[in-house]
Amino acid sequence: MELYKETAVSFLKKIKNREISAVKLTEYFLDRIKKIDKTLGSFVSVFESDALSSAEKIDSEINSGRELGELAGIPVAIKDNICIRKKPTTCASRILENYVSTYDATVIEKLKKADAIIIGKTNMDEFAMGSSTENSAFKITRNPWNIEYIPGGSSGGSAACVSAGLVPLSIGSDTGGSIRQPASCCGVIGFKPTYGRVSRFGLVAFASSLDQIGPFSKNVEDCALLLKIISGYDSYDSTSVNCPVPDYPSEIKKDIKGIRIGLPEEYFISGIDPEVEKAVLDAVDVFKNQGAEIKKISLPHTEYAVSVYYIIASSEASANLARYDGVKYGYRYNAEHLIDMYKLTRGNGFGPEVKRRIMLGTYSLSSGYYEAYYGKAQKVRTLIKNDFESAFNEVDVILTPTAPTPAFKIGEKIDDPLQMYLSDIFTIPCNLAGLPGISIPCGFSKNGLPIGLQILGKYFDESTILKLAYNYEKSTEWHKKYPEIANL
Amino acid sequence: MITKKDVEYVANLARLELSEEEKEKFTKQLGAILEYMDKLKKLNTENIKPTAHALELKNVWREDEVKPYPHKNDILENAPEKEADFFKVKKVIE
Repeated sequence: MELYKETAVSFLKKIKNREISAVKLTEYFLDRIKKIDKTLGSFVSVFESDALSSAEKIDSEINSGRELGELAGIPVAIKDNICIRKKPTTCASRILENYVSTYDATVIEKLKKADAIIIGKTNMDEFAMGSSTENSAFKITRNPWNIEYIPGGSSGGSAACVSAGLVPLSIGSDTGGSIRQPASCCGVIGFKPTYGRVSRFGLVAFASSLDQIGPFSKNVEDCALLLKIISGYDSYDSTSVNCPVPDYPSEIKKDIKGIRIGLPEEYFISGIDPEVEKAVLDAVDVFKNQGAEIKKISLPHTEYAVSVYYIIASSEASANLARYDGVKYGYRYNAEHLIDMYKLTRGNGFGPEVKRRIMLGTYSLSSGYYEAYYGKAQKVRTLIKNDFESAFNEVDVILTPTAPTPAFKIGEKIDDPLQMYLSDIFTIPCNLAGLPGISIPCGFSKNGLPIGLQILGKYFDESTILKLAYNYEKSTEWHKKYPEIANL
Repeated sequence: MITKKDVEYVANLARLELSEEEKEKFTKQLGAILEYMDKLKKLNTENIKPTAHALELKNVWREDEVKPYPHKNDILENAPEKEADFFKVKKVIE
């Protein structure tokens, strides 16, 4: 078997037993990035020399017998909105093109402590605003299964590089589906933890009440391991929650007999691609055969979620992005008067989607419209949250498609923002409620594009979601498939 | 319905310089988006409490302690313009 098809867990064993050195493994993946990523465009920066010197250090520590971290020698790619000290953090925006981070995000600190090899940073929609990674100011990222198609977004780079076997693990962020939707498009696993499970310290803020960092991987065991490493309370993020982090890698191995699975009728509506619907219903049968109990449920306010999300997320973004004013860091447009410097810096530094959302958010918060838009959206957010709370009285998890269709073509929706927003219709409600959710591969369309299954769970019950995903993976072969580009 | 004048008003609040072309485009696009969002209006939300945050967090207090930050120069290195230990901007007060 080619090396890139092995799991992170198996690499860990091999490194520990000295069957392969951390340097060799890092060189192997760096070489793959060099060969394949010129077609794919999933990385915005690759830290070749730093990665190799971290790997050398790990190898020499193995030789000296030091106890190693839980990810010792495993290359991990990081979405470019997460700060790594002394490295650029661009958010795929011109306005941060020359910005160099002055500290490590908490997830980076945890990865470094676990002896992971941080191999590079991945492309994304500018400031994580988008569903296709087409809004990057720097480059297009292509779907490894068909390079004419989008990889999803906003964490499109992090999904694509794992899908093509350029790296075993990556980190993304999810505000309205930005981990799960690209995972679905690229046929990999993407997990958005419960809001508060993972520290957001060092994640560039987009919509602070929704943002959450999470892992990408090719299999559930690797996902469980990476999630365990990045989770936990952090005094630097007052919204992180102080509750114990289970040992996910051992939790996943329990059986799922008697687990109650809810199928929300509002997610199986006309407009959903029949191939997607069939793949998801086939997955339901797999769980049924494993002893799960299937129940029809209702989440009656689902149809309002996209509106609520785009009001709340844009409002929060308009406030969070006020800091990009050309004063302390980033791009500045020199003008004679200060006010013109602000306006021209922001007008020239931000791309069209970011400007559109700042406009939408500022409008929703402006006097005279606040109650009708932002105030109303916050109230409907309560209704959406209540829907989930009552559903979770009856079931343990909720199963849905991750996205209504497989990946769409590059350029197809870029001029129609509303159509683009509607591609997040099934991932958004989970963020509004703050719940955990995963996307796992559950099939392919006739033209060979991956289809994703979404599993949503109760607050801080990541274990049950992972357990289901693991049991599904054991009975299916989808996760073992790689796109042709991976064999280049 | 949102007008070009509304777009100009909001762009000024948001401190965004927009080209004529952008103004036209945003007027149309924001109009379509807001029209879609109007479906919220048909929901009765009387007596519903707003949710600002998914988890009900209370204020998180801590002592206000001074901690040293050793990399002042790294921060200043990011400045578009600086003088000594200061960020430099155009005159703020006339």
